[in-house]
Amino acid sequence: MSRVLVPCHVKGSVALQVGDVRTSQGRPGVLVIDVTFPSVAPFELQEITFKNYYTAFLSIRVRQYTSAHTPAKWVTCLRDYCLMPDPHSEEGAQEYVSLFKHQMLCDMARISELRLILRQPSPLWLSFTVEELQIYQQGPKSPSVTFPKWLSHPVPCEQPALLREQGLPDPSRVSSEVQQMWALTEMIRASHTSARIGRFDVDGCYDLNLLSYT
Amino acid sequence: MLQEESDLSLIIAQIVQKLKGSNLYSQLERQAWASLQRPEIKLESLKEDIKEFFKISGWEKKLQNAVYSELSVFPLPSHPAAPPEHLKEPLVYMRKAQGSWEKRILKSLNSMCTELSIPLARKRPVGEQKELLNKWNEMGTDEPDLSLFRPVYAPKDFLEVLINLRNPNYENGDSLSFRTHLGLIQVPLKVKDIPELKECFVELGLNIGQLGIDDSTQVPPELFENEHVRIGQKVLAEQDSAAAQQYIRQGSPTALRAELWALILNISSQPEDVLYYEQLKTNVIQHDLLVDSLIYKDVKLTASNDDYYFVFEDYLYQVLLCFSRDTSVLSHFAFNSASPPKSYIRGKLGLEEYAVFYPPNGVIPFHGFSMYVAPLCFLYHEPSKLYQIFREMYVRFFFRLHSISSHPSGIVSLCLLFETLLQTYLPQLFYHLREIGAQPLRISFKWMVRAFSGYLATDQLLLLWDRILGYNSLEILAVLAAAVFAFRAVNLMEVTSLAAAENLAAHSEQFCTAPLFPELYRVQIPCTAELRQKEECSLLDSKSHSTEQRS
Repeated sequence: MSRVLVPCHVKGSVALQVGDVRTSQGRPGVLVIDVTFPSVAPFELQEITFKNYYTAFLSIRVRQYTSAHTPAKWVTCLRDYCLMPDPHSEEGAQEYVSLFKHQMLCDMARISELRLILRQPSPLWLSFTVEELQIYQQGPKSPSVTFPKWLSHPVPCEQPALLREQGLPDPSRVSSEVQQMWALTEMIRASHTSARIGRFDVDGCYDLNLLSYT
Repeated sequence: MLQEESDLSLIIAQIVQKLKGSNLYSQLERQAWASLQRPEIKLESLKEDIKEFFKISGWEKKLQNAVYSELSVFPLPSHPAAPPEHLKEPLVYMRKAQGSWEKRILKSLNSMCTELSIPLARKRPVGEQKELLNKWNEMGTDEPDLSLFRPVYAPKDFLEVLINLRNPNYENGDSLSFRTHLGLIQVPLKVKDIPELKECFVELGLNIGQLGIDDSTQVPPELFENEHVRIGQKVLAEQDSAAAQQYIRQGSPTALRAELWALILNISSQPEDVLYYEQLKTNVIQHDLLVDSLIYKDVKLTASNDDYYFVFEDYLYQVLLCFSRDTSVLSHFAFNSASPPKSYIRGKLGLEEYAVFYPPNGVIPFHGFSMYVAPLCFLYHEPSKLYQIFREMYVRFFFRLHSISSHPSGIVSLCLLFETLLQTYLPQLFYHLREIGAQPLRISFKWMVRAFSGYLATDQLLLLWDRILGYNSLEILAVLAAAVFAFRAVNLMEVTSLAAAENLAAHSEQFCTAPLFPELYRVQIPCTAELRQKEECSLLDSKSHSTEQRS
């Protein structure tokens, strides 16, 4: 399924914490990241991709237009999605994640804003966030190239000439056989082996400098 | 679900792509062509008839084994946005640590090169080539001057690197708190606890027969051993890799072990494989590498001094020298956090067309490396088969023991698993050893890095390696290390120095591997099941009695 990247503006994360941030001992366990789409009309969200950085649970809220007249409402589309099975250990801490439309709790049509709510209950980590956030919408279903009129609407009155009477083979059979042969040659051409040859030297020479550090 | 389907088709596409380049693919093609002459193959149902033919003739089983092998070795395809480094190692700080460790190794090798004025690689003159070819089967008789060479690194150097491994995003406070690790490893990787280990290693439970315990002379063979051997022979007759892997979890009879391991690792000695080995041998004869001297030195220092393995010295050279020239090993770096060292042809520094890997297989041997090969010499006598088995064992398991990664079978996870098991179930012993400055990991690290090779009697070691193959995981090494400490707990509580603790723990040649697994399980039995506990105690008493008898 094709998808199109939607340009977005990711605002800085805001920590939610009870009490005074400066004086309290603990670190915030909840962060909120707002994502806006300044130059794009409300769209249907297809996929969200990001790289996790020590976030344990993710909730997503979207601002959605339900119909043309009512103002946009905030709806929770993902609740407490687990990114790290054990928040105290490294499992899943730096993984790449994709979330799709079908995993969401609500319909993802006409989205104008996104809010990511990150939770990390473990006090062991100094910070947590998500990186490389990318939002995708559905790509066009059919190619956007418009066909010339004569290709999609052939002239109806033309009939194929009856060649069989002239001793020539049936054109549809010939064309299907040619197609099969073409498919076979394409297959053979495409199935190149990925096996290595096994030579470690360059033209028989393996006279080396020192090992390089880069 | 949509996502799972697309994941599955991605995995299938990947495996098909890999197998297309293999020998098996061309063999299957040839067989399919040849089968067209058979009367039962009809043109109308060509596809189904050929599939049926493959099923009957055993070729489908070979294909199944190949697919199973691919699934066991290669990790699942990762997220499309993930770069290749992510597949090698997902955690950035571990990648960095591995990179700096590798840089240190390269510096060490380069300085050895310049100090001794020996080139990294040189082409042998024809006379020397002839000489080497003549004494190929007795390279052990050669006594080159290796006094100036030193191993690039030893396991204890690697341990220091692991001890200093830190996650920059982790609370590494100086003051002791609940978040401080009491052991040497300070990274919070996920390791299994005993209930999870019990679930994972269910075939090692007390109520299931094991070779190594239940085939001892006191136990009548009708109870377990005979049936187990019979099943083993059946598994071999069926030639099914997955069944063999399941079977070997209870240990392998000595007579069947070589074939079972070859089946699990999907190694069949084809003429092409023998030819490939001969090609590697030619490469050894033509080019002399600095790494060869390191291998010689390592074999002389370790395997040649070992009572069990000194007889195989010549085999070790034949395998390890060829291993260094084998470029097919480079493919495992896709999922190994390490990277092969690079160099350039002399005079062409910086030109990518003249960039090569050094050594050709990308693996620099360290002190004790030859001990990975030595136990295999008891099973395989034909050099090309021995070579193939070792190479497969290395790219499946052994590489994880000397590279920094977060993989559950990686050495960092094994160390953490060992320390966690000891702290959780033998807290007094752990505290005592820590107080006298004898951190348990300092003693057991070298056991785990070498997969206990050289630290256990060979028959026990092979039983241990049976389980590594059976469970496709190295976690058993950490469990065994913890079990050894549990077994010696009473005596270890009385030692007052690291040296004494090392000494006590080091006398493990008389250990029988199999009884030690339930030892650790026994520690956790709650007092409520008193009758069962008494039963198990008496069972284990008789086993430890037999252990002492054997030693």
